[in-house]
Amino acid sequence: MSILVNKSSRIVVQGITGRSGLFHTQQCRAYGTSIVAGVTPGKGGIHIEGIPVFNTVADAIKYTEANVSMIFVPPPGAADAIMECVDAGIHLAVCITEGIPIRDMVPVKAVLQQSSTRLIGPNCPGIITPGECKIGIMPGHIHTPGKIGVVSRSGTLTYEAVKQLTDVGLGQSTCVGIGGDPIIGMNFIDVLQLFNQDPDTEAVFMIGEIGGGAEEAAAQWIKQHMTKPVAAFIAGVTAPPGKRMGHAGAIITGGKGKAEDKIRTLQECGVVVSTSPTAMGEAMRAAIDIARNR
Amino acid sequence: MNIHEYQAKEILNSYGIPIPRGRVALTSDQVERAAKMMGGRCVVKAQIYAGGRGKAGGVRLIHHPEEAQEYGKELFGRSLVTKQTGPHGLKVRRILVEEAVDIAREFYLSITLDRESSRYVLIASAEGGMDIEEVADKSPEKILTLTIDPFSGLRPFQARKIALALGLTGTICEDCVELILNLYRVCLDKDCALIEINPLVVTKAGWLMAMDAKISFDDNAIYRHREYPDMVDYSQLDPLEINAAKYDLAYIKLSGSIGCLVNGAGLAMATLDVLKECGGEPANFLDVGGGATREKVAEAFRIILQDCDVKGIFVNIFGGIMRCDVIAQGIIEAAGAVGCTLPIVVRMDGSNVEEGKKLLQESGLNVQIGTNLGDGASRIVRMLAGEVH
Repeated sequence: MSILVNKSSRIVVQGITGRSGLFHTQQCRAYGTSIVAGVTPGKGGIHIEGIPVFNTVADAIKYTEANVSMIFVPPPGAADAIMECVDAGIHLAVCITEGIPIRDMVPVKAVLQQSSTRLIGPNCPGIITPGECKIGIMPGHIHTPGKIGVVSRSGTLTYEAVKQLTDVGLGQSTCVGIGGDPIIGMNFIDVLQLFNQDPDTEAVFMIGEIGGGAEEAAAQWIKQHMTKPVAAFIAGVTAPPGKRMGHAGAIITGGKGKAEDKIRTLQECGVVVSTSPTAMGEAMRAAIDIARNR
Repeated sequence: MNIHEYQAKEILNSYGIPIPRGRVALTSDQVERAAKMMGGRCVVKAQIYAGGRGKAGGVRLIHHPEEAQEYGKELFGRSLVTKQTGPHGLKVRRILVEEAVDIAREFYLSITLDRESSRYVLIASAEGGMDIEEVADKSPEKILTLTIDPFSGLRPFQARKIALALGLTGTICEDCVELILNLYRVCLDKDCALIEINPLVVTKAGWLMAMDAKISFDDNAIYRHREYPDMVDYSQLDPLEINAAKYDLAYIKLSGSIGCLVNGAGLAMATLDVLKECGGEPANFLDVGGGATREKVAEAFRIILQDCDVKGIFVNIFGGIMRCDVIAQGIIEAAGAVGCTLPIVVRMDGSNVEEGKKLLQESGLNVQIGTNLGDGASRIVRMLAGEVH
């Protein structure tokens, strides 16, 4: 009952010997995630917390059959770490790193488009299939197994949404944080497509924010293809134009990327939009009820 | 990160892109001397971190050095309010004095990231000197775009197509090809988020020249350019924003009275939204980072309290992995150290939340606990309105 990751996912952690890499490796493992390898160039051969460390992702795959990478490599080497995943043929890379330069990500994105490797992030909380597998920095305990797919550009706002969903009795199938940068791997549509095909996801909650046009594109896709109810929240209705609101990608430029335009387009395409960040759970309930009574 | 027009032009010039002869002046006397150097007739341009200067009276064609001095005095004394600056405007601390150039034709040229394709895109238009967003709105057919492949790069034939489409011919067309290729080089070498020449002109004497230029650097790439921090003009930034940046906190000053301390950018935006929904006016956007360590929370608290407009504080932390009792200690320490008596509402979620709440309630601070996001927001709004004590 999930997309992308489940109990059988075998994780390699790139940057496992760094402070946050190690901390979150421990947290993920405590949640039940199967962490099988680490990669830190130059430190191959050692064990950390009982986990074997390799010099390259290819070695990690060869010896441990890892199939998903979680990346905690600092910004100067993060783009290269993603490229290495593509080269090693890993099927999913989850890049938590915040602060990768645009110039580094442009070629990464072009390479990803030619490959079968999927990327989640960068600058994201990661992905979790509640009760099975947590790959990232989100608090596992707020999640409940269930039927709602969650996709979001944000971190802590996703936690807020998940909590509200749980509070109204709606568990989650998989929660994907796609990241707050201007260049990211999987976008809303990529994730919506998977949720649409997943027999165990019954509805989707989508969290967007100001900047870019990804929410509008997703709205059009939903209108044409989505067979399951979708509810959404867009952060930044009150954000001033021209200011970068924390995330590198959260900026209104030249009158484009405004929250109100995104909300309007989503509503026009049949998405129930929560106008208040306090009513995200109710909005999801409402979307499901509307679909049921149709 | 933004830089001034004159700095952007210096960078362009170092890549062989012609710019007008000019001098930067820090006093009105220097403006006068620079005007003399240019032969009396010159263009005096206020240097601020915002566009729309021309319409706001920040650019003038001058005919005598004395006139330049007068105008310099006027500019140095004031804040320039343009449609991009907000109501308070930006103080003029540097003035660019340039030779006056006789212009035959004007164009627009820029390179920026296209988020849709995740590639750099070259944008050109024969409608130079205009606000490009206005052109894009009113006559999108006048805008030429070229998406650049990161591996094959920008090729001369592609640049030539653009130059020809702009109506350039002969040697000027070839000059323009070279200029476009150089512009892409600047974009990559200097890690630009935006590089814009508007207008790019053909002078009556038949030369291409960048008459105005704007560069924004990619904030994520500053670490690999040691010279960038020294290029910042701090007079153009809010002092509290400068302070926050030192501690790696994302802070933006707003006009209201409720100081906000939130972990995570999305949640911080949503917090502003919910405060407004409750009838409150946020004094700032502040993201302490998703992890919300105790040190960062304490530092953020100090920054919020430096803002005299703040009459109350709303703390919204979705702790998650970070323990709420640790965050509560950070709040108590920071508020205690500065003797904060302002009303505070804390909304926390995550592990050890009960211990955190207990610590706050026993701290002696003027603090209330919000049970959830909505309750916390409406509580601080009501506390400031004097309805709850």
